[in-house]
Amino acid sequence: MSKLIRRLLPFASLLLIFIVLSIKRPETFFTADNLLNVFRRCSVNTIIAVGMTGIIISGGIDLSVGSMLALSGMAGAWTMLRVCGDNLTSSGMVAGTLVGTLVGTGSGLLNGLLITRLKLPPFIVTLGTMSAFRGIGYVMNDGQPYNVPNYGYLGNGQFAGVPVSILIAVLIVLVAVLVLRYTPLGRYTYAIGSNREAAFHAGVNVNGNLTAIYTLAGLLVGLAAMIATSRTVSAQPTAGISLELDIIAAVVIGGASLSGGRGTILGTIIGTLLIAFLRNGCVLLGINDHIQLIVIGAIIVIAVAVDQAARARSK
Amino acid sequence: MSTNLGGDILLRMRGISKRFGPVQALSDVTFSVRKGTVHALCGENGAGKSTLMKILAGVHQPDAGAIELNGRECQFTAPADALKAGISMIYQELDLAEDLTVAENIFLGAEPRGALPFTVDRRAMFTQATELASQYGFTIDANATVAELSTGDCQIVELLKALRRKSSIIVMDEPTSSLSEAEAQRLFAVVRQLRERGLAIVYISHRLEEVVDLANDISILRDGKVVHSAPADQLNIASIVHHMVGRELNEFFPAKSAAIGGVRLQVKDLSSDEGINGVSFEVRSGEIVGLAGLMGSGRTEIARAIFGVQPRTSGEIVLDGTPLNIKSPADAIANGIALLTEDRKRTGLCVNLPCFWNVTLPNLGVLGMNLIVQPAKEAATAARVGSQMNVKWASPHAPASSLSGGNQQKLLVARWLLAESRFMIFDEPTRGIDVGAKREIYALLNDLAAKGKAILFISSELPELFGVADRILVMRRGRLAGNLATKQTSPNEVMHLAAVE
Repeated sequence: MSKLIRRLLPFASLLLIFIVLSIKRPETFFTADNLLNVFRRCSVNTIIAVGMTGIIISGGIDLSVGSMLALSGMAGAWTMLRVCGDNLTSSGMVAGTLVGTLVGTGSGLLNGLLITRLKLPPFIVTLGTMSAFRGIGYVMNDGQPYNVPNYGYLGNGQFAGVPVSILIAVLIVLVAVLVLRYTPLGRYTYAIGSNREAAFHAGVNVNGNLTAIYTLAGLLVGLAAMIATSRTVSAQPTAGISLELDIIAAVVIGGASLSGGRGTILGTIIGTLLIAFLRNGCVLLGINDHIQLIVIGAIIVIAVAVDQAARARSK
Repeated sequence: MSTNLGGDILLRMRGISKRFGPVQALSDVTFSVRKGTVHALCGENGAGKSTLMKILAGVHQPDAGAIELNGRECQFTAPADALKAGISMIYQELDLAEDLTVAENIFLGAEPRGALPFTVDRRAMFTQATELASQYGFTIDANATVAELSTGDCQIVELLKALRRKSSIIVMDEPTSSLSEAEAQRLFAVVRQLRERGLAIVYISHRLEEVVDLANDISILRDGKVVHSAPADQLNIASIVHHMVGRELNEFFPAKSAAIGGVRLQVKDLSSDEGINGVSFEVRSGEIVGLAGLMGSGRTEIARAIFGVQPRTSGEIVLDGTPLNIKSPADAIANGIALLTEDRKRTGLCVNLPCFWNVTLPNLGVLGMNLIVQPAKEAATAARVGSQMNVKWASPHAPASSLSGGNQQKLLVARWLLAESRFMIFDEPTRGIDVGAKREIYALLNDLAAKGKAILFISSELPELFGVADRILVMRRGRLAGNLATKQTSPNEVMHLAAVE
């Protein structure tokens, strides 16, 4: 019974936000434009949160995703400008997208290698790379953004009438659900997070799997960075500052445990949507940015407190 | 049902009943402890020992019944009440603050105050701790950090904590489960000394030899009822087991039928960074080789070197004629070696994951699931090996944490059954599990041997080594001190080789 409540609580909260907003702002909230807009904004966070879910299930954390987003976007945009000059061609944009994604992948790989080879805590490693990645992003163009005026397809384009960014996010979510549920990598992610020593003694290649998890998470950040770059048709070295907090909050609201071994992609999606609609609701209701921060902070604490209380009772 | 024990009754628990949901954990239990005695509490896992002790400790409140101390009725509504009344608990998993010193642990929550407010007089704490220890004849450095201490010394610290509180009753739950033989002997001496000073000790242990040896009185619980309570000299191991399981166990150790074949595993001149030094032995097909030795003698370290947890620095491991280069547990498993580790919580189970995931964790390759995992097939396979091992679970999908200790152990054994290993190492497989489950594990070892497996059986309990093993290896200080045919040796000889330089 309490397990059911626990599972349904994030859904219920999301539904509540929907109902309240639909009543309070009937002409602006429940419109295709507004909803699509929220989903589109949400797609970048969703893609990054999927990777973070894997990392958190494995018992780790990645504080560097925001900086990684900026760095990947800068690297991708730099490549486009380098290849094409000011007049972007589609092959240049493809090349840039690939490079941006690869830079994200490489950054994740670096995190994974530092964590597994130097046996350092993920918190420390990614605290360091958070700063370093951000610095590299600033150095690239002296703190200035790169403008890529034609690069709008990923962020603003449509495919068969559906925004491309939403399609990509949905695809990634589906793949991630399958990977976590039906591959050894997914299974080992849970096992490592639940009891790393036991996983090792059961023959799990702990270092290899952890490196793979951080690398895949980096790949997702790189891809999300290109979508974010495309949406504003420019790569900002200041992009994604304190993004890691939103992402971690979404994963935790979705029921994942920071001590590892527990979490689901579905939960993370709900957590991401919850934060996105809270933001949207605050805007529509004219609640200012500063109050938003307080509300979201309270929601994080309440969500985790309720989750733990329900868990304690079900034991 | 006789409870007419003589002497001063210090504690009397009368007509205690306790129900948890649908389970009647205790019904009408009466339990008396005399001053200056050791009263052993025996029973299989789930018989109600822990519940009874938790009621005594004020953790649970009884549905019916009363607790009398020195003839006065007491009500313990919280653990603090029981502590104040002079009842101390020492649990199997010790609760000491590892990073604090011995003295700090002993005085935790009751530190001598310094001259200034909010300060602790560390010097006074240290002297008082040292005095307390020497008063009871313990030699322990009060300034040592608990993390540096052996498990045996940690037990002493727990006892000192209880003595500092001036407890009159100390409950010890499986105190020797992680002690070496020598440390256990030292603990027994301490327990006897405390008894002579008039303390009452409630002693819970699965090791019946020590129960018979140590106790003045013995009470046996089964299914939440006291089935027998008598002075220890009226009981022996056979009769205790009989009362515990409620049936005759004519042969505690099942008869072995496996034929011993050719050499399967050869270990030549094995050394490791964990202190193993030039160890060589062989294990034949169908043979159960016991590995004895004191704590820290290198028993577990041999297992860790063979299994690749702490890979060897020199020497050779040959299985069925093929030299193996094992650098990790994954290599060992791929080459047909299994290790049931001694600590199922730390290195065995992922307790919050489903039972069937725990069974299949090292076996995805064996099941042909190297690329794609098929949960339905996995659960069915786990259910099959689980029932073969007689694991009692709500379902294979239940988390491993929902199982009792014995069933968790069987779950891990099921894991290695599925792996179809050729050479299997069992490190303390019966630690902390009840008599019935122990017997099932012994029978399983025989079955595996009969299937031609080579088995290395590590244990600190000599009776089970003698009951199960064909040959006994004895370790001392990282070296092999003896390699004896079980039939041609004695526990005395093994102890001598293990302990005497």
